[in-house]
Amino acid sequence: MSEITPDKTLDARGMQCPMPVVRTSQEIKSISSGQVLEVLATDPGSMADITAWCKSTGNELLKMERSDGIFTFHIRRTA
Amino acid sequence: MAENGTKKASLVVLSGDLDKVMAAFIIATTAAAMGMETSMFFTFWGLQAIKKRVRTGRGLFGRMLGFMFGHIDSVGPSRLNFGGLGRWMFKRMMKGKGVASLREMRQMAIDLDVKLLACQMSMDVMEIAREDLIDEVTDVVGAATYILGAQQADITLFI
Repeated sequence: MSEITPDKTLDARGMQCPMPVVRTSQEIKSISSGQVLEVLATDPGSMADITAWCKSTGNELLKMERSDGIFTFHIRRTA
Repeated sequence: MAENGTKKASLVVLSGDLDKVMAAFIIATTAAAMGMETSMFFTFWGLQAIKKRVRTGRGLFGRMLGFMFGHIDSVGPSRLNFGGLGRWMFKRMMKGKGVASLREMRQMAIDLDVKLLACQMSMDVMEIAREDLIDEVTDVVGAATYILGAQQADITLFI
């Protein structure tokens, strides 16, 4: 997969459930359809939760990776 | 499902314990974040979560109850409260682990347009006036209004 440059980054590191998802839902509204939001989180539950959020809202999860205890998500706004 | 096709979540919050109110706000904010039209119906002990920090009650019993009836920052856990020690400990542990406080969760629910409904009957019984509740309360309603909303809901929860 080619690297995508996100249009905006949400730093949700240190936040616990449900804040990474709740903040993602707010931040996605600040970008246009087609743009990409990057979310950084440390909550291990966010792996499943961001995926579930994308599935429920119809936004596209482009990337999900973990390194050094930090989860990085790239979400394309489609909804 | 709402008439415009949006999914709906409808919660009854009867409990006034820190843990249960916390669970209610976590579920409500998450449902709203996931695009659901969400409402919370606060009744009996649950009214503490949307009450201002004021003394309530008019008659003797009402004032006695008002003396014990708390607000969002004063509610304790359903178990292991030990006269407030448990509340202090839970709040400290939650803060230390980056969990939002009940007050923050309530504000988040308001920001996400979660409807906060108060039960008229419990308010009458416990002598709690509209002005004793926070301004953000959407409406003061009865059971039929709740049921009408719940009929169209995809998720209903009683906490």
